[in-house]
Formats: sequence, structure tokens, C-alpha cells
Amino acid sequence: MLKFKSLVAAVGLTALAATSWAADITGAGATFPFPIYAKWAEGYKAATGTGMNYQSIGSSGGIRQIRAKTVTFGATDAPVSGADLDKDAMVQFPAIIGGTVPVINLDGFKPGELRVTGPVMAEMFLGKISKWNDPKLTALNPGKNLPNELITVVHRADGSGTTFNWTDYLSVISKEFADTVGKGAAVKWPAPTSVGGKGNEGVAANVNRIKGSLGYVEYAYVKKNNMNFMQVQNANGKYVSPDDLTFAAAAAGADWFSVPGMGVSMVNAKGDTSWPISTASFILMYKNPADKAASNEALKFFDWSFKNGKKMAADLDYVPLPDSLTNDIRAKVWSQIQK
Amino acid sequence: MSNPLPSSAQAAHFLKTAERQRTQDWLFHRLTQVFSLMVLLALAGIIVSLFINAWPTFAKFGARFIWYVEWDIINEEFGAAIAIVGTVASAGLAMLIAVPLSFGIAVFLTETCPVWLRRPLGTAIELLAAVPSIIYGMFGLFVFAPLFADFVQVPLREILGGMPLIGFLFGGAPNGMGILAAGIVLAFMVLPFVASVMRDVFEITPPILRESAYGLGCTTWEVVGKIVLPYTQKGVIGGIMLGLGRALGETMAVTFVIGNANRLPTSLFSPGTSIASTLANEFGEAADFHMSSLFALGFLLFVITFMVLALAKIMISRAEKAKGF
Repeated sequence: MLKFKSLVAAVGLTALAATSWAADITGAGATFPFPIYAKWAEGYKAATGTGMNYQSIGSSGGIRQIRAKTVTFGATDAPVSGADLDKDAMVQFPAIIGGTVPVINLDGFKPGELRVTGPVMAEMFLGKISKWNDPKLTALNPGKNLPNELITVVHRADGSGTTFNWTDYLSVISKEFADTVGKGAAVKWPAPTSVGGKGNEGVAANVNRIKGSLGYVEYAYVKKNNMNFMQVQNANGKYVSPDDLTFAAAAAGADWFSVPGMGVSMVNAKGDTSWPISTASFILMYKNPADKAASNEALKFFDWSFKNGKKMAADLDYVPLPDSLTNDIRAKVWSQIQK
Repeated sequence: MSNPLPSSAQAAHFLKTAERQRTQDWLFHRLTQVFSLMVLLALAGIIVSLFINAWPTFAKFGARFIWYVEWDIINEEFGAAIAIVGTVASAGLAMLIAVPLSFGIAVFLTETCPVWLRRPLGTAIELLAAVPSIIYGMFGLFVFAPLFADFVQVPLREILGGMPLIGFLFGGAPNGMGILAAGIVLAFMVLPFVASVMRDVFEITPPILRESAYGLGCTTWEVVGKIVLPYTQKGVIGGIMLGLGRALGETMAVTFVIGNANRLPTSLFSPGTSIASTLANEFGEAADFHMSSLFALGFLLFVITFMVLALAKIMISRAEKAKGF
């Protein structure tokens, strides 16, 4: 373990050494926000001349890298606990919001035509509801002619923030799912029909190919591939479709500073129009960074991105943080970082 | 006529040259020795570092890790059985398909192929080996799997699914992915290696043996079976083992088509997982105990590949002894 860590550190250091001449900002971690961080980096480079080098190596990789101090910031989809943050003397703040969407492949239904509640979806992913014409599903969709077809569950084969968000939601909504499967970046899927796809694109490809399949992908992939999705009942009992408005509504309801490290779970958020499977992706930085200049540069980058990167985020189907929240982050979180 | 004996000045010169050449030879010898020792060192380093990183898992589960049927990341219960079964089954199926095909290709190319076709056909097979494995994976998932589901899985299930004893092999959802699909894609990946090795060794059979056999009235089949194969046995086994080694360790292509389900496969169509694909999928987000279990899987893959190679060596030496070489 130790050897591997030092190896990672060595690789990271050489990467750092190779780029430090340009005084680029370095970050590593979550794959979910990678497209928007890359887009922001492009815009920031054009505006200021300073580049940002982000390696999307996965959330746990990001946490390892920032602990090894090879990068200026780490990025993670699953928030790090307050106790761990204190131990490492790090701060954590959200940078971008997105959502996960249940996608299906059933002939004869328009996107969003079918409805599902959280507990029923949990049973589908547990394999307890194995056919599309199960009474529990037909009861939620009166008048719809659901076929007598097997449900094939498609999940992520690789560890990912999307799976964390999805299992976080199913665990909150269903005690049985929490007890038998639990939440994590990769879990043991119990449904006997389940198959895994690599990456969002792998899951999307499998769902598009397999008749009667049910999977989950990031919202951007639903739009890009024009996929069929289900409406989901939210905490207020309303059925909602995924889009930037319902993600933003979920974010608006969150009480960010109620949890240390702003690690609020946005799943099953209250509010009539809230999408129940929304998530934020987080940034980790040291309170007392070894390289203060680099740390300042990184903060400048996020400051610029929060101000100027909203349209870029919307273009890529992410939801930018509202101004009230970014102001709070500047005042309450960034102020803890020594300049 | 000049004096045939060298003058003393010339002799000194020759001596010096000889001295220099001896030093050069010595240096060259040592240098190449260091190069080859580096391979050994790297190999030992890999085994040791794999084992050290895998130690927490071996310490907790012991040998049970090998046959424990579980892969539960949340509860930190890990066993290698599912991945080992998937690896061995998909590679075994691949060899079942690839070996006869390669044999046919090699026989055709060396015995019955018209001369003008030999080069283009041989080059085409070698080019197949140059296709990157990710391409096989994407082709497998997007092109092969849908066709396989509709035109192979469904008919097989209809015809053979109801049969006693073997019917269970063809059960499960026909979604185009699974152990058999992975085996078929793997077969096409290892085919060029096995086929080109077989062709090369078939070609080195001395023409005099071959021609004598034909002269005695042997058919092509008899020549191949009684002359060429016994003569080239060692090379053929070597080629097959090269292919098997590649099939066991193949990562990307398998990841795309095997289905990535951490369950024991119950039929040829059921999704499974292989050691290499589990590593590729889970390394990015693994931490602590999960990480050491992945290292343990990697260590086992190393051991399996090593055993395959050792087995090949034993088979070859037995075959040679039987022939009295």
C-alpha cells in the first residue's frame, strides 16, 4: 500500500515537475465533473493565460493525490467527512451540480411517459420486481400497457460518483437497499439479470441495445443519446423530469452549512420541483497549503469560473452554483485558507 | 618475396589489437548480461510488490480467497472465485474456437494455398494481430453483440435450451454479452498469433520429408497429420500457449463484452467478469482493503499465467522424451 502511494506520488511529482514551469494549476480526482472543469480551464487560460491541468483519475484517486500533496486541489463526488477534513486540515466546497437519471429501453413509450417511485425503483434494482408488467409498476402507470418483459438492470462496472449518487438515493429511500446493498462508488448488484457497462457511455450503449433494460446515467448522456427516461416521484410526492431547473431546485433546498465540509447529500431533496437524484461535486484544498502561490492561483481559478463559467456549465448540462452559495463559499470557506 | 614473419613492431601491434578486442568482448558480454538480468530483476520486483500490496487480503482470507464466491466492496468481503472462473472459462472457450481455426488457416497457407495468394493472406492475418484491443472491444459491443444476440443466442436457446444435460448452458437473457461472447471476441484476437506461429513452424518442415511422403502416395491430410505435425509439435504447442497467455490477460476487449457482473456464471450466456476486467474497472476508485484485494487478484493472474507456461514446458519436454530426442 505504502509502496503504491509513493509510486503514485512519484508519478504525480514528475507530472508536476513537467508542468510547473508554466505555473499551471494542478488538480485531480472525480470523473463526473471532468468535462466542465476542462471547459473552465480552457476559458480561464484564454482569459488569464494561466492553465489548469486536471486529471480525472476518480474520486478516491483525487483524495489520495491531495493527501500526498502532489496536486493543489483534489476533487471528489462523494463528500469527505468533517472528521477526516479536520484530521488533514483541509476544506471542502461544492463546485458544480448535476443529476443522475433512470433510463430505460421499452418500445412504445415517450421519454418521461412512465413514472416510478423511489421504493419501487429500489425493488427493481434489487431484482425483486423482475418484469415490466409487475402490479406495482402498473399501479403507478394506470392506462399504460406495460409489456410482459424481463427487466435487465444495467449498472456501472467501474467505480464512479454516478453510482455513489444513485446508491445514495436508493439507500435513503429504501431501508432494504441500504441494508443489503448499501451506498458506494461500486456496489454488489443483487438483481440476477444485472450487467455492467464501463463508464456512462457503456451503460448508455447497453441500455440502448438491450430490450427491457433499466440503467442510470448522468443527465448529459440522456440528452446526448436521446434516451428514454422515467419520471421519478420526489420527496414532496410530485413526479418530476430531470433537467437543469429540477437540479437547481434540489440545490436551492439544501442547507449547505448544516454539515461540516458542506458535505450535504442532495438526494431526495424537499421542494415540489426538486429532482430527487441530484448531486454536487466537491473540491478539497489545504487550509495551510505548502505552496501558497499555487493555492491562491487555484482559488482565483474557481472564483473566475463561478463568475464567468455559468453558461459553459449550462451548455454541458451541468447546473452552476447560485450566486448566494458562491458568495457564502468565498466568505466562509476560502477565508479559512491561508493566503 | 617478403618475409612471412611479422616484424617485432608488427607483433606488438597485433598483440595490442587482440588485447583491445578481448576487452571489447568482455564488456559486450557483461553489458548484455546486465540487460538480461534486468528482465529477471523486473519480474522478481513485480511479483514481490504485487505480493506485498496484496498481503492484507491474503492475511485476512488466507487460501480461502481463491475459492471464496463473493465480491462485496461495501462490506469488504472479497474472493477471487468469480473472476477466476470468468477468466478461465472465457480464455478456454477462446482457445476451443481459435485453435482449430488457426490450424486450418496454417495448413491451407502452407499446403494447399496457391502461391500468389499466400503473401496477401498471410499479411492479412498478421495485420489482424496489429488491431488494438480497444477496437475489438468496441466492435464487440456495438457490432458483434447485437448480431450475436439475435442470430446466435436466440436460435441456440430455442434449439438447445430445452435439451437435458446441456440445456442449462444456453439459458439466461440473450443480451449479446457474457462468457461465450467474450470467448468468441477473444478467439479472434488470439487467432492471428496462433495462426502465424503455426504457419511459420509448418513452413520449416524439411521439404525432403514432405515430398517423400507425397511421393509415397500420402494425401495432404496424411502429410499434415503424420509428417508436419509430429515434426513441429513443439512450435505448435508454443503458439497455442502464446495465444492462451494473451487470452488470459486480455483486458479492454473482455471488459466491453463479458457483462461485468460479479456473479458466478450459470450458463454460456450469463454475464461474468475476468480478473483483468475487474482490475481495469475498479482500480480507479479502490481504496485500502479493496485495493489490496485487487492486487491479490493481479497476483493470482500472474500465478495462473505462470502455471500455463510451466505446463507448456512440461508438455513439450514429455513429448520430446516420448520421441526419444
